[in-house]
Amino acid sequence: MISSDTKSLPVVRSAVTRMAELEGFGEADARNVTWALDEALANVIKHGYAGRSDQPIRITLESVVSADGRSGLELSVRDYGRQVDPTTIRSRDLDEVRPGGLGVHIMRSVMDVVEYSCPPDGGMLLKMVKFASRVESVESAATEALP
Amino acid sequence: MSTKPMGVVKEIRRGADSTVVVLSGDVDLHQSPTLHAALVEVAADRPKKLILNLGQVQYMDSSGVGTLVELLRRVNAYKGKLALVGLTDRVRSVFEITKLDKFFSIHATEDEAHAA
Repeated sequence: MISSDTKSLPVVRSAVTRMAELEGFGEADARNVTWALDEALANVIKHGYAGRSDQPIRITLESVVSADGRSGLELSVRDYGRQVDPTTIRSRDLDEVRPGGLGVHIMRSVMDVVEYSCPPDGGMLLKMVKFASRVESVESAATEALP
Repeated sequence: MSTKPMGVVKEIRRGADSTVVVLSGDVDLHQSPTLHAALVEVAADRPKKLILNLGQVQYMDSSGVGTLVELLRRVNAYKGKLALVGLTDRVRSVFEITKLDKFFSIHATEDEAHAA
């Protein structure tokens, strides 16, 4: 559990990068998982909690395995802020040159699964899954096999 | 003239025709408001060419990119030029994945940006 203080973000980034590395993710995959979680937390702070820094955010990371045997990480981000219809959460038109609206696009681009839901007791729940890329898995296995 | 560091803004060098702003560290939601304030102040002087050196930026999220997009709009509005230099692979990927790389003038070095 962290507070919705932006000062928490670098700490979470360091932790999730390390967790992804321990799961055997290559550098690019670990970087993308970290990026997606950072964008998710930024969205909660900005939109769910309207910038308030003292609200709770619960983060869970769980090891998963894909149908074809690749290791993966499931990340859950639970907040208790403003609820939004999940069908309205989408990235903006990238042909426009304007700030904002890019976080969801980044999350969907770098993760294998991105699902929002509205728990009955309020707030939002975001589940994201990333499976290790095949090439990086092979590289990781090759590195581990070295004497 | 050089200005003292503030947040991720490590250095500001003001010349006759151009201003160079050197950034370092992580440009995330925590740092973006300070960066935004600093860049608004720099753009208020309307330098003909504004060069952002991102060579020491290790991480940039969408709020950081958004801050630079807003700066681009400001500089375009007074018909100045904005150049980004020294992007690491990680920072470049933010621009590529958001397809914003086509809207910015991106160069390898400050010298290249000055010459463009």
